[in-house]
Amino acid sequence: MNRKFIFLLSALIILILLPFVAEAVDESYVTSSMSRVLIFAMAAVSLDLIVGYGAMVSFGHAAFVGLGAYVAAILSFHINDGSPVFSFPFSFDGSNNLLLILIVAMLVAAIVAALTGLISLRTHGIHFIMITLAFAQMLYYLFISLDTYGGEDGLLMLGRNQLPFIDTANDTSFYYLCLFFLVVYIVLSRRLVNSQFGRVIKGCKLNEKRMQSLGFNTYWYRLTAYIIAATGAAVAGVLLANKTEYVDPGLFSWHLSGELLVMIILGGLGSIYGAVIGAIVYLLLEQVLSAYTEHWMFYLGPFLIFVVIYARHGIYGILQNKVLNND
Amino acid sequence: MTDFVLHTENLCKNYAGLAANTNLNLQLIKGEIHALIGPNGAGKSTAIAQLSGELPPSSGKIYFNSKEVTGTPVFDRAQMGISRSFQVTSVFDEMTVLENLALAIQAHHGHSYFFWRNINNNKELNKQACELAQQFGLEQHHKLLAGALAHGEKRQLEVAMTLAGDPQVLLLDEPMAGIGPGGSKELTQLLDGLRGRYSILLVEHDMDAVFALADRISVLVYGEIIATGTVDEIRNNENVQKAYLGHTESSC
Repeated sequence: MNRKFIFLLSALIILILLPFVAEAVDESYVTSSMSRVLIFAMAAVSLDLIVGYGAMVSFGHAAFVGLGAYVAAILSFHINDGSPVFSFPFSFDGSNNLLLILIVAMLVAAIVAALTGLISLRTHGIHFIMITLAFAQMLYYLFISLDTYGGEDGLLMLGRNQLPFIDTANDTSFYYLCLFFLVVYIVLSRRLVNSQFGRVIKGCKLNEKRMQSLGFNTYWYRLTAYIIAATGAAVAGVLLANKTEYVDPGLFSWHLSGELLVMIILGGLGSIYGAVIGAIVYLLLEQVLSAYTEHWMFYLGPFLIFVVIYARHGIYGILQNKVLNND
Repeated sequence: MTDFVLHTENLCKNYAGLAANTNLNLQLIKGEIHALIGPNGAGKSTAIAQLSGELPPSSGKIYFNSKEVTGTPVFDRAQMGISRSFQVTSVFDEMTVLENLALAIQAHHGHSYFFWRNINNNKELNKQACELAQQFGLEQHHKLLAGALAHGEKRQLEVAMTLAGDPQVLLLDEPMAGIGPGGSKELTQLLDGLRGRYSILLVEHDMDAVFALADRISVLVYGEIIATGTVDEIRNNENVQKAYLGHTESSC
């Protein structure tokens, strides 16, 4: 039992107890807004996999969140509408089954990530940033132009997708569902970054030229990491659509991609837990500050600058140095 | 021709009209230590970069075991058995010494698309990495981050990583760069111990090391090889003395 384990365990216990406390003090909206935080934490973790571990600074990660969200909304739109999603080459009907929707969303994100990654991963640094941004903006405008699915106005869902045995419409069970997905995703991500594949990705971040001269075809490893990260973001997107029961093209916007980047930088790049902490801190600050002023970004800015200058490894880096490593 | 493990045919590299390498005909015999020397800017690093596959040649051909590899990418050449070290130390500073070596070995253990098992528990990789560390006297530093090593030790790690996966050819780009006379002597001994097991192309400014190690020497001046021969032949070659050894001895 080291300090880190105790820290993680207490964090988990707090998150598990949160709905009870919120109910007890009659502030049950907290549960609902914390679901949103957990979903963003998951999206942030998926971004950290490529930015923090692989030095692939994607400025279009929101695109995969958006794709996941739209898969959920579109499939449930068609089940209510009675029409198939598409009828050629085979007929594909809408669905309200959350598990099926998650699989479809991951598949769609993986295909889009593979196609865009094939091109964007030929570039590095600033060019990679620009090209990922460009692809995300393309999707943004594509979904604005889809009038069937509400175009710019977005698409309202008639209730959440369903799961057997779990009442997703209940905000508390939905919160636990999000928590479950986040925990599973963190565990999988930790496995990934400590695996053989994970070490190759870290090597590509530290010195790609050396990796190639050691015999690694780095391009395919980086592309694989990019696809894996995209599927994680898509799962977060599905949950987000279910949380708000509404999707709009704004989910693809560079604004959201930027927010995800801020979260992982704030929390600390390349640490998984840092991404979670970053998402929680960012969204709580947003919530607290925006209660006082509409210009909450104005106050968040200096805080972000402070963290970047004085804590190169973010909030989790400080925690690790000051608290967790004093065994 | 069949004895050459690596050879080039009229290899040229031009940068916007500037000739960095002109008609290089370099032959690396199996098992030899072949030094490539020349003044700064003679094109030695360009030659290494072309042999390893980082730089595409402007013209000419490269053969590995008589098979043409001119267009083969870097990582494929590394898999075939052409391994290089860098003049500017290129170890992974944020990984431990053992992780650096294990990563180099991992490159030759089939693909690395394994997403579940913790890499630190891979006994086979760790064992081989330990052996490599021991060979280079780095065993006390296993757990140390490579970035925390002294410069001389970093240079040793740099060379040690090239040996992973048992390559046939080592392209060593100034392994002694900046390590001082003591470290240079130690590394010379280590490289001497590799003689016969690998075919080594050694680019080096340290003449003591070159004369101690080289079976043959090629002298590169202004991108062209002006002489190739044994140590004695090169020492006594008038052109070489005029073009190269003359000033190096006075300036070093």
